[in-house]
Amino acid sequence: MSFKKIDTKVLGRVMGRVLGYMLKRYWLAFIIVIICIIGAALATLQGTLFMQSLYDDYIAPLMLSETPDYSGLSAALFRMGCIYAVGIVCAYTYNRIMVNVGQGTMRNLRIELFHHMESLPIKYFDTHAHGDIMSIYTNDVDTLRQLIGQSIPQVVNSLVSIVTTFASMFLLNLPLTLLTILMIVVMLFVTSKIAAKSALYFGKQQKDLGRVNGYIEEMMEGQKVIKVFCHEEKSIEQFKQLNDELRDSARNANTFANITMPVNANIGNISYVLCAVVGSIMALSGYPGLTLGLLVTFMTLNRNSSMPVTQISQQINSIVMAMAGAGRVFSLLDEKPEEDNGYVELVNARENPDGTVSETTQRTGVWAWRHPHRAEGTITYTKLECDITFNDVDFGYNEDKIVLHNIKLYATPGQKIAFVGSTGAGKTTITNLINRFYDIQDGKIRYDNININKIKKADLRRSLGMVLQDTHLFTGTVMDNIRYGRLDATDDECIAAAKLANADGFVRRLPDGYQTMLTGDGANLSQGQRQLLAIARAAVADPPVLILDEATSSIDTRTEKLVQEGMDRLMKGRTTFVIAHRLSTVRNSDCIIVLEQGRIIERGTHDQLIAAKGRYYQLYTGNSISA
Amino acid sequence: MVRTLLRQIKQYKKVSLLTPVFTALEVVMEVAIPFAIAYLIDKGISAGDLGQVYLYGGIMLVMAFFSLLFGALAGKYAAAASSGFACNLREGMYESIQRFSFSNIDKYSTAGLVTRMTTDVTNVQNAYQMVLRIAVRAPVMLVCSLAMCFFINAEMSSVFLIAIAILAAGLIFIMLTTMKIFDQVFHKYDDLNASVQENVSAIRVVKAFVRETYENEKFTKAAERLYHMFVKAESRLAFNNPLMMFVIYSCMIGLSWLGAHNIVGGTLSEGELTSMFTYVMSVLMSLMMLSMIFVMLTMSLASGRRIAQVLEEQPDITNPNNPLMEVESGSIDFNKVNFCYKHGSGEDTLRNIDLHIKAGETIGIIGGTGCGKSSLVSLISRMYDVTKGSVCVGGHDVREYDLEVLRDAVAVVLQKNVLFSGTILDNLRWGKEDATEEECREVCRQACADEFIERFPDGYNTWIEQGGANVSGGQKQRLCIARALLKHPRVLILDDPTSAVDTATDAKIREAFAQKIPGTTKLIIAQRISSVQGADRILVLNNGIVNGFDTHENLLKTNEIYRDIYETQTQGGGDFDQPGASEGGAD
Repeated sequence: MSFKKIDTKVLGRVMGRVLGYMLKRYWLAFIIVIICIIGAALATLQGTLFMQSLYDDYIAPLMLSETPDYSGLSAALFRMGCIYAVGIVCAYTYNRIMVNVGQGTMRNLRIELFHHMESLPIKYFDTHAHGDIMSIYTNDVDTLRQLIGQSIPQVVNSLVSIVTTFASMFLLNLPLTLLTILMIVVMLFVTSKIAAKSALYFGKQQKDLGRVNGYIEEMMEGQKVIKVFCHEEKSIEQFKQLNDELRDSARNANTFANITMPVNANIGNISYVLCAVVGSIMALSGYPGLTLGLLVTFMTLNRNSSMPVTQISQQINSIVMAMAGAGRVFSLLDEKPEEDNGYVELVNARENPDGTVSETTQRTGVWAWRHPHRAEGTITYTKLECDITFNDVDFGYNEDKIVLHNIKLYATPGQKIAFVGSTGAGKTTITNLINRFYDIQDGKIRYDNININKIKKADLRRSLGMVLQDTHLFTGTVMDNIRYGRLDATDDECIAAAKLANADGFVRRLPDGYQTMLTGDGANLSQGQRQLLAIARAAVADPPVLILDEATSSIDTRTEKLVQEGMDRLMKGRTTFVIAHRLSTVRNSDCIIVLEQGRIIERGTHDQLIAAKGRYYQLYTGNSISA
Repeated sequence: MVRTLLRQIKQYKKVSLLTPVFTALEVVMEVAIPFAIAYLIDKGISAGDLGQVYLYGGIMLVMAFFSLLFGALAGKYAAAASSGFACNLREGMYESIQRFSFSNIDKYSTAGLVTRMTTDVTNVQNAYQMVLRIAVRAPVMLVCSLAMCFFINAEMSSVFLIAIAILAAGLIFIMLTTMKIFDQVFHKYDDLNASVQENVSAIRVVKAFVRETYENEKFTKAAERLYHMFVKAESRLAFNNPLMMFVIYSCMIGLSWLGAHNIVGGTLSEGELTSMFTYVMSVLMSLMMLSMIFVMLTMSLASGRRIAQVLEEQPDITNPNNPLMEVESGSIDFNKVNFCYKHGSGEDTLRNIDLHIKAGETIGIIGGTGCGKSSLVSLISRMYDVTKGSVCVGGHDVREYDLEVLRDAVAVVLQKNVLFSGTILDNLRWGKEDATEEECREVCRQACADEFIERFPDGYNTWIEQGGANVSGGQKQRLCIARALLKHPRVLILDDPTSAVDTATDAKIREAFAQKIPGTTKLIIAQRISSVQGADRILVLNNGIVNGFDTHENLLKTNEIYRDIYETQTQGGGDFDQPGASEGGAD
């Protein structure tokens, strides 16, 4: 069977972890479930065993008596009714409890997954395809739901029935029991042979399916190009080829899977018949104690014995699949969260007449760094000035591939620093180091003369406003999206921010104004409008330092002017790092930094750089030769 | 909807019919076994006749063997039928999509179409296989078992009917009420997943604004809500199993009581009672199976609907009868054209466009986003049909031409262009299937693509990854231009094709156009004034209306919008950053 190929040790460990996860919160419920499953199984068994006494103790004597007295039978049936009632109550109880256990575990798992995901470093999202992360939430958690909700109770149920059924079979008749076991062994053997064949073809089917999916994806993406080039017939032809291959492997895989059920069922039937024949022979040859009632009961037990075995073998496949999913779930949970060893905090402050600052609880617009010194046990306050320096910084996404070399720069409060250079030169990367999306390999970055590694990440980021190149909006109203910048902002503050960002005009023209719902990343807005909202979002946060990544995509001239004005207003009076694509932004900067292949190759003001006739001059005049 | 899907069974009708036939035979054999047991008990054991035991035992073994054979055959045919059906569904959809016009394509998202062709087809395939096997099996089992019961003892069997009615009513009630809740649950579930998706793609925003806790709280609340709805739905399903047990146990007790009376009364044998016990289980099991099938079918219903939608989609552009098979010249006329997207806002995208372009002219088109530039040019190759007025190429309405002839004569380089996995030569030959390598080299020279292709180690045989992932944006654009040039078209339409190419190369490409293909009418949409200022005439579009159509010099004098764009681009508002060849790498 396919599960043999997977390392059973790993499988066991993952399974243990899943069970552990479930039992951690629901151990009591699970014990009750097991007791109830046993109760229900015993009731069923009682029913089967009752057959024997029905035939031997009631029907046979009744047939002999002249005046049949049914009171004994009715009392026995009443007793059975009570036992059955208990069984039914047990069945309901465990079914009902399992709903809470299964769904509750899923809920906890989802929440834990999400919380953990939010704590992961950006690097995780860079190195994992978003589709793969999503598939953990959808496919993998779903297979786990199947496992906990169905497979686990069913396996427990089957195990209990196997134990109780075989135990009673042994007590009733040994030779017939051995016969039954022999047939089950045959069944398992045949099943595993078929399953092995089936697994082989399923593997091929999976591969073919992948190829068909890939082809469809590529062609759908380029559907308009296909039309433009009248390439329809040819692409249908290619598709047919792949599609036919998939059909053949799917047919083979399913054939073997489909055969399993009738084979199992009929080996069960054969076992049943053999049992009847052998039992009859034994009874007729006078085997001690083998009455008609016993034989009938045994045959029912024989019928019941093959069912749980089949069920378990069917569950094994889905358990193996769920384990693969669980493995992926746990590997996300095992990812190391973003490290934060910072201890310097950002606090509201008040300036004292003597020039020092002290902490307050009110929002004053003045901020200070609260810097505890563990060695001396003292706390110092440094006013937030927004003075940022890079000292010989090296950085690489991987240890062995450095993408930024010897970056040295400083920004004094209120300055505007522009980064220019071709795509891939490292402009965005530099800004991602300031807010510690990534940690540097070598050198130092200081913020108001504090090493940024000592600042708590949350506080560091709160002091930096970001407008990213790709605008991402969230499901919710326009107002919610603006308020994302500062959760306690009032409606008026949000509207004021929208006005500053030039977003107010278009928002008011939306059907529900600020209450218009945005869905699917703001799909109902144009690129330019989304940018305006992103600026408003940064404006409401009112951060002392700004990081702007100007969008490259072309938007129409009118909106572009609005975006430009909004950005300019936002930058006023703040230390700003801007990844510039627009000439006006660059020209008005206090310092322009030209990057190429991770190194600063030129720096200065616009006039200085034009005079130098270097790379900047080339970029500016558009005479660059494609590298 | 179901009929549309069933029409795709085609050559698999025979196997589709064989499956239920063999399944039915299998079931009949299976049902007969307990019946034979009754004889074995009564004539063999009770009568003490060993010969009868062997006889009936042998008969049953043969029946079990046939049951196995029929079952295996049914399984085999079911696999062939369902995988063939799925194959036809995929092929049918694929062919249908290939017939789509642009406005049909606009209606669906790429991801949506991919899901329909993969996940949805798999769902329907599984459902189909289940219908062929189990949906036949369960009712046949039900009917046969019931018939057997009545045959053995009609009076006792009527007890079953009551039990069946109770069980069926109970199951239907549970299913109907939970189904409604499940519908809402899956809706909520989608919302939850959408919010995860949002957080994954916007993780930088979340982190930049330090909103992890906020998002966590939001998610926790949503997950709790989902939990409560799931529990509500599933706690009803929890009644299924106990209900089933209740009915089975009641039947057992009833049968025992009535059976004892009947045996004592001499109207029933012990063997027959044993068979009755077996049949009552079979009847109730098949009912349970039916209810499960019902649930699974409704789940695949949504998938079926989505597939049928694609299959039924009517392409809204089709070939005319007696089409013209040659485009005589590259002249283009727009005669009072209005155009509106079918699946858009309903507002006219283009209004009263009246333009006349001579063969061989070079026309620049400029205007803000959403002003209708791309819509305008896509009418020429009849990607969309006009709402009012007419578009003529070579003096004839585009609706009179054979589509393939027209599109071969009018080459378009789309704004969102795509390369396919294959070598560079493979990709170029999309333009002309039998192009020689020399022809390909020539067009690459014109598109200034030769310089970088020749620097690749494998040259023209370099493998292009899906979507052109291993070439830069500028390189991709130049390859796409070369691909279009290979068609040797009468009209060449370029929709912002050089946005990622630096200005110098851009100029070189334009020069090549002027020298190498002077007879071809060229329409160039651009954001940069520099890309169009050398054109014979420039069209300024604004909000779907022609605002100006003249030479660069005249427009500068007379056209306010044009002058405005010109000034912002040359005096500090333009696109400063000219990406180099390294574009596409991680920034």
